[in-house]
Amino acid sequence: MMDRRQFAQGTISAALAGCTAAEPPFPGSLGGASSQRGHLLRQAMAPGRPDDVISTDIAIVGAGIAGLSAGWALANAGQRNFRLLELEDSAGGNARSGRTPVSAHPLGAHYLPVPNPESRGVIRLLEQMRLITGWQRGKPLIDDYAIVADPDQRLLFRGRWQEGLLPSLGLNARDAREFAAFFAAMDRWRQHHGSDGRPAFAIPIELASRDPAILALDQMRFVDWVAAQGWSSPVLRAHLRYATRDEYGCEPAEVSAWAGIHYFAGRRGAAANCDGHAVLTWPAGNGHLANRMAQRLRHHLMPGMVVGSVDRAGDRVVITAIDAQRQRRVEVRAQKAIIAAPRFVATRIVPAWQGGDAGFSYAPWVVANVSVSRLPAGPGAALAWDNVSATSDSLGYVVATHQVPRGLPGASVLTWYQPLSAMAPADARALLLRRSLAEWQAMVRDDLLAMNPDLEGAITRIDVWRWGHAMARPTPGFIWGPQRQAAARLDGPILGANSDLSGIPVFEEAHDRGTAAALAALGRDPEEARA
Amino acid sequence: MAEAAPGPDRAGWALLASAFVVATCGLVYELLAGTLASYLLGDSVTQFSTVIGTYLFAMGLGAWASRGVVANELAMFVRVEILIAAIGGPAAALLFLAFDRVADFRLPLYGLVLVIGTLVGLEIPLLMRILKDRLAFADLVSRVLAFDYVGALAASLLFPLVLVPQLGLIRTGFLFGLANVGVALALLAMLPRRGLRAEWLAGWLVALGLLAGLVMAERLERMAEVASHDAPVIHAVSTPYQRIALTRQHDDLRLYLNGNLQFASRDEYRYHEALVHPAMGRSARPARVLVLGGGDGMAVREILKHPVGQITLVDLDPAMTRLFTGSAMLTALNNGSLSDPRVRVINADAFQWLRAATSRYDVVIVDLPDPTNFSLGKLYSLSFYRELARVLAPDGVAVVQSTSPLIARRAYWTVVATLEAAGLATRPYHAYVPSFGEWGFVLAGHRPIAQVAPRLPARLRFWDAATEGQASRFPADMARLPVAINRLDNQALVRVFEEEWGAVAG
Repeated sequence: MMDRRQFAQGTISAALAGCTAAEPPFPGSLGGASSQRGHLLRQAMAPGRPDDVISTDIAIVGAGIAGLSAGWALANAGQRNFRLLELEDSAGGNARSGRTPVSAHPLGAHYLPVPNPESRGVIRLLEQMRLITGWQRGKPLIDDYAIVADPDQRLLFRGRWQEGLLPSLGLNARDAREFAAFFAAMDRWRQHHGSDGRPAFAIPIELASRDPAILALDQMRFVDWVAAQGWSSPVLRAHLRYATRDEYGCEPAEVSAWAGIHYFAGRRGAAANCDGHAVLTWPAGNGHLANRMAQRLRHHLMPGMVVGSVDRAGDRVVITAIDAQRQRRVEVRAQKAIIAAPRFVATRIVPAWQGGDAGFSYAPWVVANVSVSRLPAGPGAALAWDNVSATSDSLGYVVATHQVPRGLPGASVLTWYQPLSAMAPADARALLLRRSLAEWQAMVRDDLLAMNPDLEGAITRIDVWRWGHAMARPTPGFIWGPQRQAAARLDGPILGANSDLSGIPVFEEAHDRGTAAALAALGRDPEEARA
Repeated sequence: MAEAAPGPDRAGWALLASAFVVATCGLVYELLAGTLASYLLGDSVTQFSTVIGTYLFAMGLGAWASRGVVANELAMFVRVEILIAAIGGPAAALLFLAFDRVADFRLPLYGLVLVIGTLVGLEIPLLMRILKDRLAFADLVSRVLAFDYVGALAASLLFPLVLVPQLGLIRTGFLFGLANVGVALALLAMLPRRGLRAEWLAGWLVALGLLAGLVMAERLERMAEVASHDAPVIHAVSTPYQRIALTRQHDDLRLYLNGNLQFASRDEYRYHEALVHPAMGRSARPARVLVLGGGDGMAVREILKHPVGQITLVDLDPAMTRLFTGSAMLTALNNGSLSDPRVRVINADAFQWLRAATSRYDVVIVDLPDPTNFSLGKLYSLSFYRELARVLAPDGVAVVQSTSPLIARRAYWTVVATLEAAGLATRPYHAYVPSFGEWGFVLAGHRPIAQVAPRLPARLRFWDAATEGQASRFPADMARLPVAINRLDNQALVRVFEEEWGAVAG
């Protein structure tokens, strides 16, 4: 059955299909995770003699946050002999960033919440990066300029912008009652501990309770759990849909209740100098963190490396790759390999893992960076960092220049997000590739102008970025099911590291998996990553 | 065509040409009203949609009313043209001028749209009836409507591409009013006019009035744009950062930034003496002085009364410092302070400049606009004051202008508390400036700032040791109260400031 949204998207694409050849309405570019290097992959997988042979202790495949975190942990441990092989020309993975003459801007992940007290790995990283500048009464002091500046969020609801993402004006009695009940329940879950004494929800999830009563939530759909509580307010449901799409790129009917509740109850951030719910962000989004990590690891980084296979040869590992920039066949021999790539890639390049991606699925996203000659305004609350419309199918836009000490009137970059959650991921990925730059630009423009008619005439450029596999989808049974747990196990000389091994697509999980794999590669206990 | 219809004669062609002209004028008025409404009321989609709807509805009324014209359609058509010119021509100017003088701007706006729309609605039915004896019906309808629609196309292209960018709204209105009255006068000249002397006279009067309006459009524009100020505006300019307006009433020259009063020449010496001398007088050897804001050069004028080494002034807007460096009328006020060889003017955002600054300063004068929005609120934040503390010499003194402790008591003490949270010792004080009211300042330094008689230059008009002795006393209605610290992530000051000043503005 086709729902209203699918129908709408279908008609839009049908209408646009007629004008595929049209000139894009704005200057801009159409980018995405390298598909043009696909043909090199086949070349890399084919047998042949290497042009170069490199020996190293530890090879990390993939320089996204997990791979960079693995490298960071190795460097912390004093290990100097390791390599970081990256497919793209720059490190960062989904946290990569771009730049216009006006501002740096995210291409994907754009913030890191104030860490939970148990997220000790991330806390140590932030201390090393001087983003935690000290401690006061047991709570970290966060760098002032990294804390999202006020106003941080606004919602366009019934024609007027309101502060915050929760509608407060224009709610009827039932909406208000159910919102209160929902958040009271989330507060209880946040404090709840399982029979094993662990918190019901924790970051990283490895620290969460395995109490079967809690894990049972993973077998159930989030929508069913919400319905079972007797909540049916359409405004509450719309907010929950925003939340699951924002966090997981999925409709609430597709994620497990465990994942849905985790989003609301998993955060117990605490800081001495700001609200615990605050986030850390920069004009480049999490590109700021990725770039600084890559800067430290620059002498280990090998960009443009298309890895074709990772094989065991005795107690060693042999990696075959094509150096795309120099067009040379490279063999990397290592004691250990950390595969910091998403599972659907890892299982293709590690023969021993073949078929090991069953149960894993990924959400496609579109991110557009819209250059504007003046800042958006609108009736009601003033422009915020994150601006969301209750009636749009997009997730709204983030203002890249918001964190600059002073956001002056004038040019800026708006990063616009949309998960293609209304259709099956494979169909959405096909659509992602089919649509032209002109079509994407028209959609982004129309959505932005519906939110901010005042931007008419102010858009100067739209750069569109397509993420075919932006994040793992925590469908019912995935997070606490046997397949993910088996994939996450660290043994042998080839070790997996990616946020999809946690099933929760956030920086902290990628960092945790990368750090744990690095410790395992050094022959240490991976649990040290969480201690 | 089966039947060869007779083509239009000379008068017929003139009437068809007038269909083209009146159609162009009609659409221009509609676009003018829609544009004005979206300029002045915002929300262009709603404004355009409702203006167009109202206008079309009014045209329907006019068309319907045309049945009431039973004889002499030509005379009526001429009268309608003169009326449209008289009302539609100056409509844009009138609406601009009325904007802040009426309680609800929508009343005159939609009133005018209704009247003009009704008159425009009368035009085509009357024209068709005038032409009905000169052309076959099919030919009549085809020609009149064709000219009508082509005229509309011309207007819709001319308006955004030529008229608005080249002429502006007020001139465009007058110009198309002239076109309407031109049609009336041309028809009167060409066609037999029996007893239309009154129309002839009225037509010429309206044409002259519109011509005068066209010539004076620039003055009208200036009046309209700055109608919010009480005194005549002598200079107004919009820069990328703000709107600068200078007004003069008798001897009193006033500077407004975005409509907020910055100084009145009558009493600005009180403000600037109170701002500068307590800090300067406490510095043993002010070798390096930093001024953040203060692009009018008045604070620098006061600083130069002390023996100083070098002064760095950081002001955002080059238009502002240029104006106060170049204009003779204004350099007479600041004694040409910005051209003094000891002064270095830097045009940059104070926060971004401060964050990158590495030098240390003996005195820092912070003379920034009030925290009326989130962008300005950052210039009063804990992070900003930490940077300020970093560039302040160990025995240096800073002073911050910090709104009225009487009107915005919590806002004032928020500034004090935030400076203290940045690790600085403070000494709050206040002074009376008639055009501002009771005004607040805060001295800040790494070391406690004692109650001492500062060294004051000779010939000050206001500030003296006795005044300073009183200035740190805050009576009960301005006394300190517990407030939040203003941080980038809570913008506590902007919220409090808006509340307190909003209560005064009503």
